[in-house]
Formats: sequence, structure tokens, C-alpha cells
Amino acid sequence: MTKALVRARAILRTGLDDRGLTRIETMRSDPPITLRQTAPGEIHLVSTGAGPLGGDRLRLDVEVAEGTSLTVRSIASTLVLPGTGRSLMEIHVYVASGATLVFAPEPTVLAAGCDHRMTTSIELARDASLFWREEIVFGRHGERPGRCHSRFDATVDGHPLLRQEFVVGDPETDASPAVFGTARCVGSTLITTETAAEEPKSEPREAEVAEGVAVLPLAGPGTLVSALAADAVELRHRLSWGESRVLP
Amino acid sequence: MDGLPGLLLLADSRLPAGGHAHSGGAEEACRIGAISGPEDLARFLRGRLATAGRVAAALAWSACAAADAESAWRLLDAEADARIASPAQRLASRTQGRLLVRTAKRIWPSAALAALARAVPDGAHHPIALGVAAQAAGCTPHQAAMAAAYTSVTGAATAAVRLLGLDPVTVHRVLAELPYDSVIAEQHDWSALPAHAAPALDLLAEQHLRTEVRLFVS
Amino acid sequence: MSANHDDHHDAPDGHGRALRLGIGGPVGSGKTALTAALCRSLGPSLRLGVVTNDIYTTEDADFLRRAGVIDPDRIMAVQTGCCPHTAIRDDIAANIDAVETLEERFGPLDLVIVESGGDNLTATFSRGLADRQIFVLDVSGGDKVPRKGGPGVTSADLLVVNKTDLAPMVGADLTVMSRDAAAVREGKPVLFTSIREDRGAHSVAEWVAGIVESWRHQHSHSHL
Ligand SMILES: Nc1nc2c(ncn2[C@@H]2O[C@H](COP(=O)(O)OP(=O)(O)OP(=O)(O)O)[C@@H](O)[C@H]2O)c(=O)[nH]1
Ligand SMILES: [Mg+2]
Repeated sequence: MTKALVRARAILRTGLDDRGLTRIETMRSDPPITLRQTAPGEIHLVSTGAGPLGGDRLRLDVEVAEGTSLTVRSIASTLVLPGTGRSLMEIHVYVASGATLVFAPEPTVLAAGCDHRMTTSIELARDASLFWREEIVFGRHGERPGRCHSRFDATVDGHPLLRQEFVVGDPETDASPAVFGTARCVGSTLITTETAAEEPKSEPREAEVAEGVAVLPLAGPGTLVSALAADAVELRHRLSWGESRVLP
Repeated sequence: MDGLPGLLLLADSRLPAGGHAHSGGAEEACRIGAISGPEDLARFLRGRLATAGRVAAALAWSACAAADAESAWRLLDAEADARIASPAQRLASRTQGRLLVRTAKRIWPSAALAALARAVPDGAHHPIALGVAAQAAGCTPHQAAMAAAYTSVTGAATAAVRLLGLDPVTVHRVLAELPYDSVIAEQHDWSALPAHAAPALDLLAEQHLRTEVRLFVS
Repeated sequence: MSANHDDHHDAPDGHGRALRLGIGGPVGSGKTALTAALCRSLGPSLRLGVVTNDIYTTEDADFLRRAGVIDPDRIMAVQTGCCPHTAIRDDIAANIDAVETLEERFGPLDLVIVESGGDNLTATFSRGLADRQIFVLDVSGGDKVPRKGGPGVTSADLLVVNKTDLAPMVGADLTVMSRDAAAVREGKPVLFTSIREDRGAHSVAEWVAGIVESWRHQHSHSHL
């Protein structure tokens, strides 16, 4: 029904070089996503052109090979704009044994009228480490957000670790004191560490709460920092506090 | 078998399975002023139904439709775990599940309920217990999901009536107008079951556990 | 029906488990004080567990833990969501869960005391939860209370009238209370205590030791 305006696919794969250091094995991307290596083992997502726009279908595949580590950031926030039909951002990730992935791009901002779908699926090997931060901002300053439906699935060694969906822009639930309350942004950081996988029962991990943020030890080997805030700055501040409780 | 009597019994707040002591986050929401009247309560319940209620309905559907096997119950229970990020909410869910299984085993003795109790001795998550109890009571998966969707909001509604002295008829009107059907769907692939999160409920549940004066377990 | 057989707790006749004693009564009459007194008096000779039903928080459980009359781990607190009587009468699931958890963790036990949250004169324990029950009144409500009756006063296995030390101050006539209680209770026992003065509530402890002994006789495994 909806005509795809852009179909873009980006692929990112690491490997070990002769000296046992991480090198970028594959780095392929099409506009509007551009990947740029900024340091050894560090990639920045650079937006070239606006978007995603309604109708765009973007896909990013990340594979972090055994024993390597990769950091992915972005230069600026992603502004999701309306267009013809729904936009789609799909991310598939595999983090191998002994590998580390830090994924911490700038927030996704839902402009008025957008209709966005995000799916992220992450497969972790048993002793992989992950730091995955996601921030969604409900509209530019003073703007009502369009619609967004995100789904996040993370498994460890084939076992479900965290599955979460967010629906933003549904007036039925947006202002619900059970869902987002009065917040204008939602964010979460999933952290798994090697030690968590090795000694799942080492010491009982306690949840922690502060204003608008909770540190939530999951049933599986990982911790979720979950935050709500009035704006992106406050959101990042709250998430950082929670992250520091997990990774001092 | 007609599952309607089973559905009515399972959805009844008088079912002696410990549900009366859980507010589903409503007590903390009342305490911090996020719920202060029927309008806030209606918004709270709509959000609860669309998130936790939708997930509970899907789990209950799946449990009711599943063939009995301890390994299956553990698998579905792990899917529930992955959808409840807050330890306080996982604890409340397991406590209610354990009490429900114990009660249901005596009302509708069944091999599946006994297997569930063995598979997850600390207590299966409540929607799974509800789905298996519904199966034992002769309910359809749709009826099991309806019971889960309905009970995902009734405990919170009753708690708000007690805590704020709201007019119970007004609150029942709110309950009557909720879109239960919209959160119920046929389910097959367990890994793809709905996973709608409610960050505010997570925060409320964790704060509640740390609040000195409270009447409800959760 | 065989599904239940692996679960001895479902045995309705109480074989092989502790006597479950409910302690109910109005707010502030001395239920927690009596529970502590029984732990003091019976702790040396009986294996005990305690479940409290607090209205707010875990006040009573904390009091008992601080009192040091019983291993703190053997005290479990149940929350009752605004309805203390529901938790002991209509929906006893959380209390049964707590009692069974204590028996699993520390069993075999001789006696598990379940203290209800303070409630009104109509609140009594379900037979599904308590094998025997004590109803605790105090003299400060006035000497008319036994006459008023209510299921707690009339049907409890033992009626305790506490705080007799306060009787002169509140003008309560203990002989009137005794006579009225006897009239509505058809011969079931009534004991007057001042736990302030007798910190072991010895008359009550003796009665409890008696019912534990006969329970043991009737329900020991050798009778199966
Ligand atoms: N003077 C006097 N005070 C007593 C006696 N027994 C208990 N008290 C006091 O009465 C107050 C209430 O006693 P509790 O044991 O907490 O009463 P309760 O029935 O457990 O109260 P709730 O659980 O709140 O319903 C406390 O301050 C006790 O110290 C007594 O025999 N004489
Ligand atoms: Mg007390």
C-alpha cells in the first residue's frame, strides 16, 4: 500500500586483527544512514539527509565477533518525520562470546504526524557484555508527538532476557499515570556484564529507585535502567545516574 | 465443556486466592497524588489494561491453550519473566500465582495445575497460573485471557475505592467502559507474545516496596 | 483427584502439622502483647512460628522481632490491603501461604500463632486457617462489651479479657464482665489477664499448652 521511499541497509561487523585487537571487518551503509569510524572499535552513525521519513525502511545489522569490542554512537538525535505511510527502523544484533557492544546513540525524536515502527532484536552469547541505551522524545519542543511503536527483544544464549514494547502517541495511554504519566520522554539502558552471566546468583542484586528512574535487576543476567523525564536533558541525567549504579 | 462458570469464579474478586491485598500500583499512585479522583483512575486503568493487562491476557491465553508439560510451563514462565522488568512486580506476580495455584488445585484438581506447581515451586507468574486454572476449570483460551485482562484492573480499582473513598458506582462505570476486547488476541508464538511495558508502573511498584506505611502488598 | 496427594498440606484433617492458633480482637486490646507473652512462656518447650496480619506496614512483626521472644525468622508478616478480616476469614490464601512457608522452613512445628489485624467484634478466623482461636478484649472498652456479644466473643475457643490492671481507672466491673461472658459463651472458658503485670500470660499459656497437647494426640502420624 505505502510506497517505500528509501530502503537502506547498513552492516557492521567486527573481527580480530593479527595483534588480537578489534578491527572493523565490514562497514556498509546507504543514506540516510552513514557509518563512520571515529576511533579503533568506535563507529558513529551520521545522518545524511532528513529522516527517517514516513515510508522509509531502514535496517542495521551489527555483529560483534568473539573477543572484540565495539562502540556505536551518533552525532545527533534522529528526527522521525511524517511522509507517505509508516517508517520502519529495524536493528539486528549478535554479540558473540567474550565480546562487548556499547550502543548509545542520541535520542529518537518523534515529530508531529510521524508514524514510526522500531524493532530491535539482540542475541547475546552467554558471556557477552552489552550496554544498550535507547531514548525516545515525544515531539520537538512543545509539539505533540506522532505515533511510534517500538519492540525490543534480547536473548542470552537463546533464553529470553528482556522483551519490551512501547506505544507512544496513543492518547488513550500516553497520559496514563500507569504508563508515562506526565513525562515527555522515555528511556532505558540494558546492561549485561560478563560477571553477571558467570555468577547469576553471586549476590542478590537490589533494585533502586530515585525520582523518575529505577534500576531494575532482571530475572536473567542483566539490569535495566528505566527512566521517565520531562525533557531529553533530564532523561539523560536520570539514566546516567542509574547506569552509574550498575557500572560504578 | 462450558467454561462460563469457571470464568465467573476466576474473575470474581471473592475468589480466595489472595488478590484482595494487591493494588497493582494504585496504592502508591494514590499516595504520590498521581490518582486523586475518578478521571485519574480511569486513565490509570486504561494504561494498565493496555500494557500489563495486554501482556497478562496473552500469557493467560497461551497457558490455557498449552498442552501440559513441566518444560512448557518453565518456558512460558521465562517468557513472563522477560516481560516484567521490575523485581517488585515479578515478586507480586509470583506470589499471586502461587496462591492461585494452591487455591485452584483444590477447586479444580488437575494434572496441569500439579505440574505447574512442580515446575515453578516459588510460584508461576499470575497470568500463567490463571491460564492453567482456567484450563482446569474448562474455560477457553479466550475466556482465560478475558479473566486476565479483567483482573489486571479490578484490584487497582477496588484499592482506589478503599483508599480514596471514591464512589464505587462511578468506579464500576469506569470498569464497564474499559476496552477489554482490544487487548485480547489469539496467540501462538510464545517468543512473539505482546510485551507492552509501563515504565510508570515499574517505578510505582519499586517505590511502593520502599514506602514505610502501606496497606497493600503491591 | 490424585493431583493433590503429593501435597500433604491439603490434608483437611491436619495430620502431621502444627496446631494453628488464631488470636483476634479489637484494635489495641493486646493481641501482640499476648503473642509475645505466649512466645515467652511456651518458647522453651514448644517449636513455634508466628504470622502477623498488620494493617499498616509490619509494625507488629517488628515489635515481636525487637522483643526478642522468638527467632525473628520465625515471624512472617502478611499484608491485608485495608481489610484485616478478609485475610483471616474470606480469603485466607496469603495467611495459609505464610503458615506453610514457616512449616516448610522450620518444621516440624508444634504451634503456629496467627495474629489478626485489629478489627471489630464480628471478625473471626476461618476454620480453613485456624484450628483454635482466642479472642482478646480489654477492659478499657467498658464492661458492656462481653454482653454485646458478636461472633468473636461468643464463639472463640478462649475469651481473654486483658488489661485488668486498668479496670479501676476505667470503672470496669470485672465480675459483670465475667458473668456476661459466661452467659453468652455457654461454658466456654474466659480468662482475665494483665499482660503488663504477668508478662508470660501464664493462665493463657497453660490453656494453649493443653490444646497443643491434645492436638498432638489426635493428629500425630502414628494415628494414620
Ligand atoms: N495497661 C496495660 N496495657 C497493656 C496490656 N497489654 C497490652 N497493653 C498495651 O496496650 C497497647 C496495645 O497492645 P498490643 O499488644 O499492641 O495490642 P494489639 O491488639 O496487638 O493491637 P493491634 O494489633 O494494633 O490491633 C500497647 O501499648 C501495650 O503495651 C495490659 O495488660 N495492661
Ligand atoms: Mg497487634
